[in-house]
Amino acid sequence: MHYQPAQKAGSMERLEARPISAARVGRPLYEKRRKIFPKRAEGRFRRFKWLVMLVTLSIYYLTPWIRWDRSAHAPDQAVLVDLAARRFYFFFIEIWPQEFFFVAGLLVMAGFGLFLVTSAVGRAWCGYACPQTVWVDLFLVVERFIEGDRLARMRLDAGSWTFDKVCKRFAKHAIWLVIGVATGGAWIFYFADAPTLMKSFVALEAEPVAYMTVATLTATTYLFGGLMREQVCTYMCPWPRIQAAMLDENSLVVTYNDWRGERRTRHAKRAAALGEVVGDCVDCNACVAVCPMGIDIRDGQQLECITCALCIDACDGVMDKLGRERGLISYATLSDYSANMALATNNGAIPIDPRRVRDGNGVFVEGIRDFDWRIIFRRRVILYFGIWALVGLGMLYALVSRDRLELNVLHDRNPQYVVESDGSVRNGYVLKLLNMIPEPRRITLSLDGMPSARVRIAGQAPGDGQSFSVAVDPDKVTSFKIFVTLPKESLVEAQSGFSFRAEDPSSHERDVYRTKFIQPGTAK
Amino acid sequence: MADKHKHVDDISGVETTGHEWDGIRELNNPIPRWWVYTFYATIVWAIGHAIAYPSWPLLTESTKGLLGYSSRAVVTAELANAKAAQAGNAERIASSPIEDIMADPELKQFAISAGASAFKVNCAPCHGSGAAGGKGFPNLNDNDWLWGGNPKEIYQTIAHGIRYDGDEETRVSEMPAFADMLTPDEMRATAAYVLSLTATPSNPALVELGKQLFADNCASCHGADAKGSREVGAPNLADAIWLKGEGEQAITDQMRSPKHGVMPGWVNRVGDPVVKDLAIFVHSLGGGE
Ligand code: SF4
Ligand code: SF4
Repeated sequence: MHYQPAQKAGSMERLEARPISAARVGRPLYEKRRKIFPKRAEGRFRRFKWLVMLVTLSIYYLTPWIRWDRSAHAPDQAVLVDLAARRFYFFFIEIWPQEFFFVAGLLVMAGFGLFLVTSAVGRAWCGYACPQTVWVDLFLVVERFIEGDRLARMRLDAGSWTFDKVCKRFAKHAIWLVIGVATGGAWIFYFADAPTLMKSFVALEAEPVAYMTVATLTATTYLFGGLMREQVCTYMCPWPRIQAAMLDENSLVVTYNDWRGERRTRHAKRAAALGEVVGDCVDCNACVAVCPMGIDIRDGQQLECITCALCIDACDGVMDKLGRERGLISYATLSDYSANMALATNNGAIPIDPRRVRDGNGVFVEGIRDFDWRIIFRRRVILYFGIWALVGLGMLYALVSRDRLELNVLHDRNPQYVVESDGSVRNGYVLKLLNMIPEPRRITLSLDGMPSARVRIAGQAPGDGQSFSVAVDPDKVTSFKIFVTLPKESLVEAQSGFSFRAEDPSSHERDVYRTKFIQPGTAK
Repeated sequence: MADKHKHVDDISGVETTGHEWDGIRELNNPIPRWWVYTFYATIVWAIGHAIAYPSWPLLTESTKGLLGYSSRAVVTAELANAKAAQAGNAERIASSPIEDIMADPELKQFAISAGASAFKVNCAPCHGSGAAGGKGFPNLNDNDWLWGGNPKEIYQTIAHGIRYDGDEETRVSEMPAFADMLTPDEMRATAAYVLSLTATPSNPALVELGKQLFADNCASCHGADAKGSREVGAPNLADAIWLKGEGEQAITDQMRSPKHGVMPGWVNRVGDPVVKDLAIFVHSLGGGE
């Protein structure tokens, strides 16, 4: 194991932290994972991440337990994917399978949302909200709680298998597994009534698929969050690749500002005494030690960096102690960074000279560019936002204007018509009435466009001939076979087709289905 | 391997794998070892799967696999389950008279579904998959019934057939050939009269003579009003439905040398419960009485 105890660099604690990407030569074709022991970071980004973690985990674990009263005929769980009945409930919204485009629309919005966020503030999804990041953070909290911070963990890992080590490792993995079970457990509650399922699950009476799902998700959570961690981001996830393609010179990325940091030195005081010009970086490696991806941001922007900004926190702490300005590592755009680099190197003519960026009093010169929030509102961001909002508005419109009563009509295919003995012609139809509210209703069905036609439900006596009323179950499709008969002398009425009209007399909700009436000579 | 890739890329400082294509070298950014192990694991899995499940094709079949799984056995079990699930209703249909089945909506629906599938297997060859029949084969959807259209009568017809040698209870009727009894002109006149009941004949002058001939020769079976008789399976000639073809020529042909359809009796082939299913299904098609 590659570590040494902390040393002192002037007043600065120095960590011996070697980034995983350090080796460039002599590597095998297949490489063993190098263990990473992220140190605990403190600062504003870390605080923000704690908050995000609290909110996202709460949403995930608690949502299935929110109750939402619909009616006696529908489940009272606010968010429920009822696969058996093919219904999706989301608070006041209920979605039937044919309305699945709402979910597709949400996915489109999620996609454009990611484009939007990435082009505005870079890989914020990866750094803050991705479940992989959040759960790894959670697992690291457990790890630190039991094994201590970075140095203690490294020592423990390198040490022999003492009783203490066995206990600690056992406790850590046990808690990880418990988190895994809780994660898998929360997942299944989205697919059934949570309190009921909880009871039967604990009593070992739930469906086998519930246990299989929990087992699978426990395994993946434990594996990805506890054992694989950064490997998932670097090797398994396609998203970093896609995001990399969406960054431009104005995207915010975590940047080591070498125009003020270089030449880095561990012996700033000695260098100053010798009159050497050095930068702000004291090479304390704090940024490497906190990095959950185990990389050195000072090597420049790299694929592995999830922009969690913990290295910013770490370095800001160091700069505070040294009495320098924060932001040696900062969120910066490539264009600002390049401008500042150009200033520090006289457009690349000389190596970085920190004297070019500060005046005699150590204050940054005028030409140093700082991040300007207005750069976020550039064309592509506005475009992404426009598309995102458009899809959202379209879905909103579709949602408020959608029908909760729908009529579908299937004309009999074989035979297409039947001639009765009096010469009248009969056509058969299957009517499907979709009552999409969780209340039983009575629906009136009538013919429109063939005044002489007579309609009856198969197996029932004809009513008044032009209309009838049926009871439909709550939140169900009711389908029934009907016959429409047109007298011989009125067959001309059928020429341009006719409509079935379904109407709820109490709410006046209605749906109309235009169809045709086939008679000898028109059959195809 | 290691000694082969000594070349180091100038720009990135990363060693190459030693592979070169037209001067382009591949950098050695190693893939993780677990990735390779995962690959090996899939191979092991495949071997295990090939041992446990049917896999290797032989000349006539494939290896059976240690678990003895067979998709055919699964289907057989599913079919047996489905049969078992239907057993209750099937028994009730077997033991109930047809009126009782008609009075029980659930049982009736079950009979209709069972009848629909039995119809496709046994009846569709003549009556068509939609039961719409064809020339010489009655359409079962309409409300014109030769032998009666209530479930009991339909049951009787299906069970014992029509003009079927193999069943003593079969329905029998035979229209005599009038070639020997009437002259061609008389037959033409009769046809003109029959057609005039529902349409305009080609020569209305013949109708008067035809009416007389009809009363003398045909009314005994088809009735004085030509509306037929279910007692003897004589078709209604005053309606819009023509079993043997439409028009004066078809009527004349049928008088000269009548064609008689034969339907086998089904009760001895498919059994009483299935005939009940069929009768209720046919009744449900829309013309049932
Ligand atoms: S960039 Fe900051 S945290 Fe990293 S080594 Fe330099 S001073 Fe330390
Ligand atoms: S380099 Fe910094 S921002 Fe990137 S992953 Fe590491 S700690 Fe997070």
